[in-house]
Amino acid sequence: MTPVREVDVLLVGAGPGGLAAAARLAAAGAGRVEVLEREQRAGGVPRHCAHGGFGTWLHPLTGPAHARLLTDAAERSGAAVRTGVTALDWTGPLELATVSPAGPETIAARAVVLATGARERPRAARLVPGTRPAGVYTTGELQQAVHLYGQRIGTRAVIVGAEDVSYAAAGTVRAAGAEVVALVTEAPRAQTAAVRAADARLRHRVPLLTGTTVTELLGHGRLSGVRVRRRDGRTAVLACDTVVFTGDFVPDQELARRGGIALDAGTRGPAVDGALRTSRPGVFAVGSVLHPVESAGTAAREGAHAAAAVRRWLAGGEWPGGVGLLVEPPLRWIAPNRVAPGDHRPFVLRTTALLLRPVLHVTQDGRPLHRERHVSAAVPNRTLTLSARWTGRVDPEGGPVRVSAA
Amino acid sequence: MTVTAHGPLPPVPYDVAVVGAGVVGCAIARELARRPGLRIALVEAQDDVGQGTSKANTAILHTGFDAVPGSLEARLVREGSRALAAYAAESGIPVEPVGALLVAWDEEQRAALPRLAEKAERNECHDTRILGPADLYAREPRLGPGALGALHVPGESIICPWTTTLAYATQAVRHGVDLHLNTPVTGVSHTGGPHRLTTGRGTLTARHLVNAAGLHADALDRHLGHQDFTVTPRRGQLIVYDKFARDLVRHILLPVPTALGKGVLVAPTVYGNVLLGPTAEDLDDKSATGSTAGGLALLREKGRRILPALDDEEVTAVYAGLRAATEHDDYAVAAHPGQACVTVGGIRSTGLTASLALAAHVTGLLEDMGLDGGPARELEPVRMPNLGEAFPRPCRQPELVAADPEYGTLVCHCERVSRGEIRDALAGTVPPRTLDGLRRRTRVRAGRCQGFHCGAAVRDLWERHRHGPQEARA
Repeated sequence: MTPVREVDVLLVGAGPGGLAAAARLAAAGAGRVEVLEREQRAGGVPRHCAHGGFGTWLHPLTGPAHARLLTDAAERSGAAVRTGVTALDWTGPLELATVSPAGPETIAARAVVLATGARERPRAARLVPGTRPAGVYTTGELQQAVHLYGQRIGTRAVIVGAEDVSYAAAGTVRAAGAEVVALVTEAPRAQTAAVRAADARLRHRVPLLTGTTVTELLGHGRLSGVRVRRRDGRTAVLACDTVVFTGDFVPDQELARRGGIALDAGTRGPAVDGALRTSRPGVFAVGSVLHPVESAGTAAREGAHAAAAVRRWLAGGEWPGGVGLLVEPPLRWIAPNRVAPGDHRPFVLRTTALLLRPVLHVTQDGRPLHRERHVSAAVPNRTLTLSARWTGRVDPEGGPVRVSAA
Repeated sequence: MTVTAHGPLPPVPYDVAVVGAGVVGCAIARELARRPGLRIALVEAQDDVGQGTSKANTAILHTGFDAVPGSLEARLVREGSRALAAYAAESGIPVEPVGALLVAWDEEQRAALPRLAEKAERNECHDTRILGPADLYAREPRLGPGALGALHVPGESIICPWTTTLAYATQAVRHGVDLHLNTPVTGVSHTGGPHRLTTGRGTLTARHLVNAAGLHADALDRHLGHQDFTVTPRRGQLIVYDKFARDLVRHILLPVPTALGKGVLVAPTVYGNVLLGPTAEDLDDKSATGSTAGGLALLREKGRRILPALDDEEVTAVYAGLRAATEHDDYAVAAHPGQACVTVGGIRSTGLTASLALAAHVTGLLEDMGLDGGPARELEPVRMPNLGEAFPRPCRQPELVAADPEYGTLVCHCERVSRGEIRDALAGTVPPRTLDGLRRRTRVRAGRCQGFHCGAAVRDLWERHRHGPQEARA
């Protein structure tokens, strides 16, 4: 048995959510606050997003700069940010077995915050048939290869997907000196800001193939092309030596699941209430593991919010569970996915279908709680929000609260 | 120790050339290496060992309970099974004796169970038992509804097929076998003197020849004038499910064999995943190792019936391989004393289990035709790195990490592969020549993220190793 070391708050994952929570907690004097990061550098996904869009309107930053800022802030406030440390498994309700070059260690905490992030579903999990050649990437791997390691990729890349992350992947392909053959999506239109789609099409002359599915990868050794099928049944082969599977994020919820923490059927991440409390007293969750994926800014704001909830728990707070919060098709998921009367932070949702000016209806046991009209369209794979103005009307003893779109 | 992958081949004649470094060819080379007087070449067309049918099997260490009684396959599987179990224990090859259940889904299949039990008996597998539905569901609570009973075969195990092949090759090379990779054999001539093998890397001569060329064994045999069998590549597509699926299944779940073949199974893997497959598609193309939409749809449909909860789990990997099916019901092992040649053809998915017994059998045939390497010696045991979940990985061994912190520096998080294990594999006796080779040796980027997190870091380690110190300085 390895000896058990005790800390006050243990955060797993040094991405924006974990780092922001750690900074607030340490600054507020929550005791020993420790962040475990299995990578060699802290910062999470922004580390390899070598493009803008991070920080604030007043202080725009690139991903790596944002990652450094968050890491510095956590360390300056007194949190211990330990890189190269992997949380392997639970050894108790609030106790984790870890390993690092210094050896195995068991760490017990008064509160644990899971900030383990998300990943893109890789080719195999999407069941894309064909051979298994080299040259098959996800955006995450591509960005690290190009921006962190300066590795060469191929010369002609097909990007699967047409959402924000897909356009980021196209940018990385160009930064690596390769050509983007096309963006390919099953959707009828791009799922990004119109200006971004237009820029790719007009300035960079990247074709967007909508209503198109990648049906087979070709080539032995190195990728030689992808076979695609249009909605009308026509097929074609796009010659390429690189293909990037983008988006289709899944939460990295392994640790939560290993611990028997309840997962939400929609997000597949840990189910949490408005104070980011999971089903296990003392265990919180923040960031993209809850909602694969939202922006780094959202994760960081959530981290700050979780810090306040953790402090209330450390001061002897209760662990009310709230009632379940469910969505009805075509809505795909909502987070948080449990709700209690005091909750005041907005909810994030996803839809599977395009909804022009949707009206969201919130009901509990058939009783209408709220109705919210959106002026802009809800687009699949883009953020849709719901305010928390209605949570005071939730009956904590009642059945699940349902959100539907009309 | 000699492993080559390019350049001319040694001009001096070998005593034996084994063509094909699959699990069978490697086992034969290892067995021959016990004769210190022999000069042995192991010749492989691909850039690594175990790249043909050996990597397409279902990773089961069989008892041989369902072999044709009295056949060569039945005997060699039975003997090989015991030998491999002992070898695996000695060499650190992960094996889990989980047992198998042949599940009957209709009356006809249930009626076939007693006959299968009797056949198992004749194959010297004495501990099988027929289970009723209550016992079956007690053993496999997540099994889909409608199963009527099963035959329990406790002796069936799961094994790491890759480590087995690499262990044989490693031991063979350490005992003097020359392994020549990237050496496709395109022709053989035998005119009185030694065999002259025409290869992609020039001519190789050998007094004795072992044809263990798997999918291409028939073509090589034709060069020697034999028409004993024809290999039809039979494609098997397989789906590997996430490790979270491992808790859903305890045994190897086999269908009751029908005229149409052995069918689709669900089995745990020693890596902690769940395997669903294989399909059985007879093809013409010996390079058609791609998966297809139809094949994957078929597997998922079967999987939903056998283990419905599997459908909710993520898929980690999909692969397809070709088995060397022939028109015969048995292995096609033939000695051609006049040509100083042994053909080892038609080795099906049981070849992994039978490999050590096949090697002994083939060596016996060679000795019968006059091969004399002196008295057999004991080989220095090999100790393979553990890739199995049932045994502690290096990062979970405090004394190992304390002695070498590289074992506590994890690179691949899904499979918990440390930098120390990658370093060891790169410095191995039979080192990887590609990133895929490194994956097979360490499981690096074989997990659920498939390289999203670690792919670039692994490639960086690989390229630094390949380009040597000048790259590291830059």
